[in-house]
Amino acid sequence: MFHDALLVARKDLIIERRAHVVLGQVSPLGLLILVVFGFAFDANVELLRLGSAGLFWVAVLFTGLLLVQRTFDVETEDGNLDALRLSGFLPQSIFLGKVIGLIVQLFLLEFALVIGLIVLFDVTVVDWLLFLAATVLGTFAFSVCGALFGALASGIRLRSTLLPLLLIPVLAPVLLAGTRAHEVALGLSSAPGWNWTGLLLVITAVYTSLGLVSFGPLLEDG
Amino acid sequence: MAEVSDQKTPKSKKSMSMTATPATRVLATVSVGASLVLLLLALIVSPADVVQGDAVRMLYIHVPSIWVAYGSFGLTACTSGLFILRYKRRADRGRHYDRIAGAAAEVGVVFTGITLFSGMLWGKVTWGSYWQWDARLTTTVLLFVTYLGYLALRRLPADPGVRAKRAAIMALVSFVNVPIVHFSVDWWRTLHQKASLSVGRRPEITGDMYWTLMYSALTFTFVATWLMIHRYRVIRLEEMRDEEMLQQQLRERRSENSL
Amino acid sequence: MPSVVDFSGVIALRGQYPVLAGLDLCIEQGEIVLLRGPNGAGKTSLLRACSGLLSIASGKASVLGYDLLASNQEVRKHIGFVAHQNHLYSDLWVRDQLRFRALAARAHDGDIRSICDRMEIPQRLLQLPTESLSAGQQRRVTIAAVALRRPRLWLLDEPHAGLDSEGRDLLDSLLQDAAKAGATIVFASHEINRAETIATRSISILGGQAVGGTNVS
Repeated sequence: MFHDALLVARKDLIIERRAHVVLGQVSPLGLLILVVFGFAFDANVELLRLGSAGLFWVAVLFTGLLLVQRTFDVETEDGNLDALRLSGFLPQSIFLGKVIGLIVQLFLLEFALVIGLIVLFDVTVVDWLLFLAATVLGTFAFSVCGALFGALASGIRLRSTLLPLLLIPVLAPVLLAGTRAHEVALGLSSAPGWNWTGLLLVITAVYTSLGLVSFGPLLEDG
Repeated sequence: MAEVSDQKTPKSKKSMSMTATPATRVLATVSVGASLVLLLLALIVSPADVVQGDAVRMLYIHVPSIWVAYGSFGLTACTSGLFILRYKRRADRGRHYDRIAGAAAEVGVVFTGITLFSGMLWGKVTWGSYWQWDARLTTTVLLFVTYLGYLALRRLPADPGVRAKRAAIMALVSFVNVPIVHFSVDWWRTLHQKASLSVGRRPEITGDMYWTLMYSALTFTFVATWLMIHRYRVIRLEEMRDEEMLQQQLRERRSENSL
Repeated sequence: MPSVVDFSGVIALRGQYPVLAGLDLCIEQGEIVLLRGPNGAGKTSLLRACSGLLSIASGKASVLGYDLLASNQEVRKHIGFVAHQNHLYSDLWVRDQLRFRALAARAHDGDIRSICDRMEIPQRLLQLPTESLSAGQQRRVTIAAVALRRPRLWLLDEPHAGLDSEGRDLLDSLLQDAAKAGATIVFASHEINRAETIATRSISILGGQAVGGTNVS
């Protein structure tokens, strides 16, 4: 199961290496969103710094949605989903493979966004361990939900407008938890931050189980 | 996937074009009658609140609506679960469960909308603003949007069998999501000390108010059940129309041979 | 020994349209069966139903001994499906493409080399993005990718389309060798003359039903 999952993930990452969608398009878009926030808040650095944790996760949310869309569009073109369904991979392997591929691509994206945050919004990370833990776990939760809903909407016409509507209510707790934990890690709040990483872990676990169970029926017919 | 058989559905055109039966007519009469009595109880018999005055009467719409909505979404989740477990073995490919899930979700969304709308009006009167970022309100609005998404998924152009399966998965995921959202929002609002949770005092519900509320819940349940049964039958009629078209197309398809 | 494909009264729907309208079909191991019929007769749907990609609404259907009404997932790993679409990732290099399919089917780099030789795909193409290949070259890569799976049942939808005459000869000999080795082949084609040279039997599909077959020697 894990062998096949790694195969699927590796294939997605090779596609990214050849096409440079994350590096060439989505990451610059993320930085652009940060700049636009600067306009929206009238370049008030103090305000931007206070809101930086939330703005980071909002930027991740919207650019990440594009990534989820992309990772399933790759399968829809040229009937590839049929080939994947015939491949003999377990549906669970395909789910995990998609999740791993998304995680790696999101890390690339978030790296660019963190640089942008430090440069544009003048933030300093006071607790790197919490910062990294929240980022990593938030990415896990995001990817798991994204893979589940990406498959749910894949192959249906009008999916590109439907996917955000389905996914954002589910990602709302991820956004909330990630933002609160980062506020603490960036020294903007003194509330307990590690609780929120625990919540992210729970969300990841719940949606991983849901994805493992539901990918079978989802790939049965398309 | 529609039930496929070579026999024509043995129902006359007339009985197919109606969604009411004697039983639902009784239910309708009871629902309408009970609603009228509710008006009387809520507006006249039950007392005004000491602090909130007449605004408290919003309670009899606001609270039962969300109870009914929760019940409906629970029903959607149950029937979606049954769909996933049984669609392979059932002769109708789980269409029965799919119809209940769809009808219940529609009713649930309507009643969630009523709760939100009445809550905002009530809030404006008692808190002075339409909206408070408290856990219940935030969860409810996310619940509303989640099930709007579910209904949007049900309306997409796709094979009915595929769509039913995806809708069932979506319903189960949404059901799991509700407590996660509630918990996280709750935590968010309690960890932030500066936000005060209770602007305005919750009315103490006793005596006549209590009984009116309970009666209101019962009335709303009747109305919701009545709506759901009719929605179920309309969905079934739509499917029967599709089924008739399918039979006709099967005949035409087969006659392509003899050309 | 049970038949490789055993369909009786199979009805399959796309949306609300019955693409297969009560189809009966029986195919034995080692046969090379040509499906013929006009556009919209149901040839592609029949191939998709055999592969387990298209769900069957009613009737009886078994492929390679798997009951498709009970589960259409188990049979899939034994199927080699050459569809209208090429099932290629346009951003991947040809080499990445074939390696992914090979690893998925537990085949090795040596198998890739031998199938590329067989389909006369030159080494220089392996380093190119798939989208820069011509339609015929992409078709050869698709066939190579399917052959790597060593399928027990080949399903081919207009496999000759886009191939030059040399490519068609390569495909025909590949299919004949596969049949000799015990695989079963079902393909749809409009190029009857070429198709009949390799087919052992031809079946006419019309209106979502099989309306008669002839043996071809």
